[in-house]
Amino acid sequence: MSAPTAARAPRAAAPQPRRPSLLADLRRVTRHQLFWPVAALVVLVLACGVYSPGFLDVTIKDDHLFGQPIDILRQSVTPLLLGLGMCLVIATGGIDLSVGAVMAISLAVSLTYIDATGPGTGTALVAVAIGLVTALLIGAFNGFLVTALGIQPFIATMILMVAGRGIAMLVTEGQITTTASPAFKSIGSGFVLGVPTPVVIGAVVFVLVTVLVRRTALGMLVESIGINREASRLAGVRARGLEWSVYAICGLLAGLAGLVYGAPTMAADANNIGLMKELDAIMVVVLGGTRLDGGKFSLAGVVVGSLLLTTIERAVIIFHIPSQVTPLFKALVLIIVCLAASERLRKAVTGAVGRLVPARPQEAS
Amino acid sequence: MARKTFPRTALAALSAVSLLALGACGSGEASGGGDTISVGFSQLGAESGWRTANTESVKGNLTAENGFDLTFVDAQQKQENQIKALRDFIAQDVDVIAFSPVIETGWDEVLQEIKDAEIPLVLVDRTVDTTVDDPYVTWIGADFKQEGITAGEWVVENAPDAKIFELQGTLGSGAQVDREEGFDSIVGEENIVGKATGNFTRAEGKAAVEAALQAYPEMNLIFAHNDDMGLGAIEAIEAAGKVPGVDIQIVTIDGVKDGLKALHDKKFNYVVECNPAFGDQIADAITKIVAGEEVPKETIVVDKAFDQTITMEEIDARAF
Repeated sequence: MSAPTAARAPRAAAPQPRRPSLLADLRRVTRHQLFWPVAALVVLVLACGVYSPGFLDVTIKDDHLFGQPIDILRQSVTPLLLGLGMCLVIATGGIDLSVGAVMAISLAVSLTYIDATGPGTGTALVAVAIGLVTALLIGAFNGFLVTALGIQPFIATMILMVAGRGIAMLVTEGQITTTASPAFKSIGSGFVLGVPTPVVIGAVVFVLVTVLVRRTALGMLVESIGINREASRLAGVRARGLEWSVYAICGLLAGLAGLVYGAPTMAADANNIGLMKELDAIMVVVLGGTRLDGGKFSLAGVVVGSLLLTTIERAVIIFHIPSQVTPLFKALVLIIVCLAASERLRKAVTGAVGRLVPARPQEAS
Repeated sequence: MARKTFPRTALAALSAVSLLALGACGSGEASGGGDTISVGFSQLGAESGWRTANTESVKGNLTAENGFDLTFVDAQQKQENQIKALRDFIAQDVDVIAFSPVIETGWDEVLQEIKDAEIPLVLVDRTVDTTVDDPYVTWIGADFKQEGITAGEWVVENAPDAKIFELQGTLGSGAQVDREEGFDSIVGEENIVGKATGNFTRAEGKAAVEAALQAYPEMNLIFAHNDDMGLGAIEAIEAAGKVPGVDIQIVTIDGVKDGLKALHDKKFNYVVECNPAFGDQIADAITKIVAGEEVPKETIVVDKAFDQTITMEEIDARAF
């Protein structure tokens, strides 16, 4: 997150070095890639609060936090986990379309194991481990296709996007496997010190991934691959191994997302778990200001993006929007955010405004 | 030459595959006589316990012992899969095609192809909206509208002043459209404070009710288009510290085991059954069609309804 700011700050401040006015500060803030998504999120949450008093209230019920903001946090964990993995993959210039199917597979594997073994806590732990290892292997398989065989990421991961649900169906034998295991269920609906477990999981994973890529050179190397693979290879970056591990991480996080998403209902529904979630994942990455063609990426942007997406889905009901026009409302908000964040559009607009107000000195460009 | 052999090998491979598929259905090659009826059945998916029970019933009745040669294809809830399966059935020239359409529209072309191939079509469970004249021989299924009406009548009688939140199924599906129409026609729009879709799934039903608890604080009754969404609603209501079935009454449609258990636990208030076990009626209709007998255009499967007086024995005795 800090890197892009640093990269942009001098450019934005350069035209008016002698008059560091409030306006320039403001302009610099609005040019930050996260400004518009954050603004949209804040506006949307406040609008919900105004429209429906009590929306912003967070109370303590049965020793844990309760309220709409908590629900939103809890539900945004699934897109967050998917988005973090997707963000790294996209930064290398790739894409992973299989994450939705991977969710279904990991949940199917875990629940089938619990179904066969029993509801004990030990079983639940083993089930989680099996589910995550399966997801990691699938991610590694994707990485193998992309790096070792050189298949284009879109095609390579589409294989499992299509076939993955079939695999999950094989695991569940075409049924919706429903089991009971209090320990496993708590992954999705439990609380740690009053905070919903999924939120804790999401926060821990975010911190781990951030430390991993930003406190080491890993993030920079990933970006260098995305910006120019050949140049970075010649500069000594082990592109292949790095890319491979990025896909593996993405698979692992998708598996975790599947477990968190499916745990509250304990039903391994191979057809519906994670359906279209790969698009959600790509959307939150893009909303967070990471470009699809690779290179610079923003993990904080993924957090904002997933919160925004979840809030939109909730706002639809809060605003009493008829279900038939729900997709339209969603699309509208997303289009506005994307347009507002578009640099080209902003230049066009400021250019037009500049011509109307000739008194102010213009930027050199 | 090479050009000619390619389609032929492809054809051979295809027939080998279809033979395998037939073998997988457990139909014995021994039954190969002229009197077995070949049936292509395209199920829309396995999205709920109801659908699974329906599939079991179909497979359990269209067996080799009963004189059927069933090719069963699961479309995994994708229309394109289903259209592909229907085209495969036409290519195989089966005696009868039966299918449950995943959505109502978009079938014109393939229905015309079936008609041109003169293969009788049996629609199962769901309906289609098409421009093709007389597209199917018979339709067997539950009357979704009647289910909605039955649910609505219970509400009018037992909770006439209820402030209702309607948890819709997947928008555009026959079950959603008809159940909503039937229910709304009885209770009246003024009692329905809000609607939102939960896509027939527990997780989304739960999320929708969480939001609805905030958006419609006056709500005291939820009508869910299926049991699964109602079960999600229970979780959301309990998380909010309210008592499902008392503070907020729940009326659902389907009658799957988990739903009836919730009814027995007094968390649901009323469940209208949507009986999935009508494979015998499908088998019956197909036999008649092949024999050239008259079949009614519509066969409505009789649905029951349950209130909280249901006993565990009744629930355990049910096939699904």
